Amino acid sequence: MTMLLVALGAAIGAPLRYLTDRAIQARQTSTFPWGTFTVNVAGSLLLGYLIGLPVAAWLSALLGTGFCGALTTYSTFSYETLRLVLQGERVLAAAYAIGSVLAGLGAAYAGLLLAQTAN
Amino acid sequence: MPQDPASRPPLPVLAAISAGGVLGALSRYGIGVAWPHDPRGFGWSTWIVNVSGCLLIGILMVLVTRLRPEQRLVRPFWGVGVLGGYTTFSTASVDVLRAAPGTALLYLGVTLIGALLAVWAGTAATEAVLRR
Repeated sequence: MTMLLVALGAAIGAPLRYLTDRAIQARQTSTFPWGTFTVNVAGSLLLGYLIGLPVAAWLSALLGTGFCGALTTYSTFSYETLRLVLQGERVLAAAYAIGSVLAGLGAAYAGLLLAQTAN
Repeated sequence: MPQDPASRPPLPVLAAISAGGVLGALSRYGIGVAWPHDPRGFGWSTWIVNVSGCLLIGILMVLVTRLRPEQRLVRPFWGVGVLGGYTTFSTASVDVLRAAPGTALLYLGVTLIGALLAVWAGTAATEAVLRR
């Protein structure tokens, strides 16, 4: 049952990441990967919120492990950072890597606080 | 994959990403179940998942660019879907918040550095093999 919920969440989260990335990349011209940055920060916020409530195990499987897990990505994030380095954009690469990690942490913490206020 | 912002993504691409995402997420879930960790400790399962996923995307991106640029669903399925669904940024963030302070800082640094080294090693090793 848990596996089914994880699968369902991921079936929605992964294409939503792709569609969000496309929509954002189509609207901006900089080389900074705003699309991946956005899904990673949004997913961290939601997961922080879920952990803070906390939610029932089935909802955690569906929305946490499945949806947030598949919405966010470390592989695309690291590949984009490497690509920026190889393009000679070292400052942008460092800003993207460190900015993503800090924004993800801040968002998860904000989600946690939001959940605690809601309780 | 070249992006045309004006066009809508074809359904087979979205289906491939969704199916790949399910496969990746289930693999991540399986590793988490097999290797559970104390929330206050070092998130080894998430670390292994993220670093191995970064190594694999490095390998994959060289392979699709060099060998199979005409295969339109390979990158959506394996890259965006499987590896995107397998690796997770949200759990990595939350793991840091839940860990004890010293462990949190170590986990944060080792995840970022491990992921970047892995993606670089994946591309460099694959390029080297293909050159031979």
